[in-house]
Amino acid sequence: MARTLFDKIWDDHVVERLPDGTCILYIDRHLLHEVTSPQAFEGLRMSGRRLRRADATVAVVDHNVPTSDRSLPIEEPESRLQIETLEKNVAEFGVPYFKLRSKDQGIVHVVGPEQGISLPGMTIVCGDSHTSTHGAMGALAFGIGTSEVEHVMATQTLLQKPAKNMRITVSGHVGPGVTAKDIMLAIIGKIGTAGGTGHVMEFAGDAIRALDMAGRMTLCNMSIEAGARAGLVAPDETTFAYVEGRRFAPKGEDFDKACAYWRTLVSDSDAVFDTEVTLDAADIKPNLTWGTSPEDVIGIDGVVPDPASCNDPARARQVQRMLDYMGLEAGQKIAGTKIDVAFIGSCTNSRIEDLRAAAAVAKGRHVAPGVRAMVVPGSGNVKAAAEAEGLDLIFREAGFEWREAGCSMCLGMNPDKLTSGQRCASTSNRNFEGRQGPGGRTHLCSPAMAAAAAVSGCFVDVREMA
Amino acid sequence: MMDKFTTLTAIAAPLPVENIDTDQIIPARFLKTIQRSGLGKNAFAAQRYNEDGSEKPDFVLNKEPFRKAEILITFENLGCGSSREHAPWALLDFGIRCVIAPSFADIFFNNCFKNGILPIRLPREICETLMEDAQMGANARITIDLENQVVQRPDGSTLPFEVDSFRKHMLIEGLDDIGQTLQHDSAIQSFEQKRQRDESWRPTIVMETVS
Repeated sequence: MARTLFDKIWDDHVVERLPDGTCILYIDRHLLHEVTSPQAFEGLRMSGRRLRRADATVAVVDHNVPTSDRSLPIEEPESRLQIETLEKNVAEFGVPYFKLRSKDQGIVHVVGPEQGISLPGMTIVCGDSHTSTHGAMGALAFGIGTSEVEHVMATQTLLQKPAKNMRITVSGHVGPGVTAKDIMLAIIGKIGTAGGTGHVMEFAGDAIRALDMAGRMTLCNMSIEAGARAGLVAPDETTFAYVEGRRFAPKGEDFDKACAYWRTLVSDSDAVFDTEVTLDAADIKPNLTWGTSPEDVIGIDGVVPDPASCNDPARARQVQRMLDYMGLEAGQKIAGTKIDVAFIGSCTNSRIEDLRAAAAVAKGRHVAPGVRAMVVPGSGNVKAAAEAEGLDLIFREAGFEWREAGCSMCLGMNPDKLTSGQRCASTSNRNFEGRQGPGGRTHLCSPAMAAAAAVSGCFVDVREMA
Repeated sequence: MMDKFTTLTAIAAPLPVENIDTDQIIPARFLKTIQRSGLGKNAFAAQRYNEDGSEKPDFVLNKEPFRKAEILITFENLGCGSSREHAPWALLDFGIRCVIAPSFADIFFNNCFKNGILPIRLPREICETLMEDAQMGANARITIDLENQVVQRPDGSTLPFEVDSFRKHMLIEGLDDIGQTLQHDSAIQSFEQKRQRDESWRPTIVMETVS
């Protein structure tokens, strides 16, 4: 029977199918960070259970870490406690760990692919919803709660029922200045934040094939923002070229064997998807969000919606509430809206390709007066690569802060936060109320668009900045 | 370990909002704990408290009798966003044992079951009706009967709901998933052995514990 890519990966990991259809699904990689693991380690300890496979587990600190000078101690006592707790736990259970002051440290979803830990065909989990990022490798990767983190620690499996299959086909090619982020915002704007619920979302079409691995990671990263359990891009030559030579990837003959298997990981041409969505790449503009849900997407040439034009009164109330929170007027052009902060970083957009795109805009320009602009590389290795290319100089000369790797202002668990009322052009993934700090106003956009807003002091069409 | 869930007769709090994300249920700044308990006081912090820490009197969970609510009723896509299990922990610590909505985000839905919270999907019109019931306050308790899979309204009428049979069993018995899975340990072992034999190219992560 014809199978989708998801079906194939799923089938290859079913340990046992229980009578009601629940499957014991084998997990190849378990990624840990400091926020969602302490209670799971504690559970393991309390029940006297062992960590089943330390050699399939990796830990890194990212959510809480300061992105300022790493030689200084961590000031916030609770953050410090969480980091110290992870360090104690990895030592006790023998988990491979990228420590804070290592160049290999970074955001877990940047580190996994970068180190060759995340590979095609794998099942990959982490106590973090943006684990979907690793789907770009052609791996089935999804976020889990802490109880499931403990379940994987103890059993190397999860109890799961198969998801439904969704295919999102983006045909044709995007125009200049339009990035993977704009494609994904267009998709979320089209299907909504619950559009993918219960589905694994495979991205297909020429516009997807044309993306580099960083772009594919951006896409899969935000599949959770469309409600999907996971995102997937079938592995191809771009993927294999990316994987080859990475630290934990198979080498030599093993790599060839792996590749032979990975080449089978495509949806059969006659495979049937439960849901199909299509977009034309040529229609996609540089996009950004105006409201407090990632589905509130408009093009840079668009206007903020008017609650009066909503047919559903509940929706009208919600739109009004969002406008009030965001400090926007119905019908206002989004271009020209002034910003206070630009944040370039997060597991969505902090890879070297993202930093290059932002630097290309920043080069020879300067951050507008009154704007704080920060660049937070996704890992120590990304930071080093950027410095080797001189991107740090471009950013510094343009007045951007050049910081250490971590989740930073994506969720404001460390000192990088918005203050109430501040408006931010952010390359992150969630514009929820208070996400970047209580009262903060987030507009999601691409790295190039965030850099353009930083140097202009307001949202502008990056295509007009050549 | 987990409290059993059989029947629950309780006050329900109506929160007629769509897309309530887990950042709203428990903002990230409260995730710096290394425990599961104690999060209830900060559940819905941004909606419940002013910046000076005083309560916002209009928010449903700050009103009587909803301070004692054990059931929460909302609109579509409850629990979207972050996978943080701190969200169900916060609800549980507040006292919520059952959440009712037209739809849920997948990870949150799953996390509820793992903590003895029953998530129930019911059509929007029924959620609206139950919210009207709930508005009557302490005199209008709603009963959840998991064994028979019905919600009983204050007027005695009942509404059936669907629940996955495996998860129902786990809730009713208060069973621990890990213990259940470990009963299949030999199957996991043979899966691993077959992998090692047939797919020896699969890499493991071996490094000095600390890099």
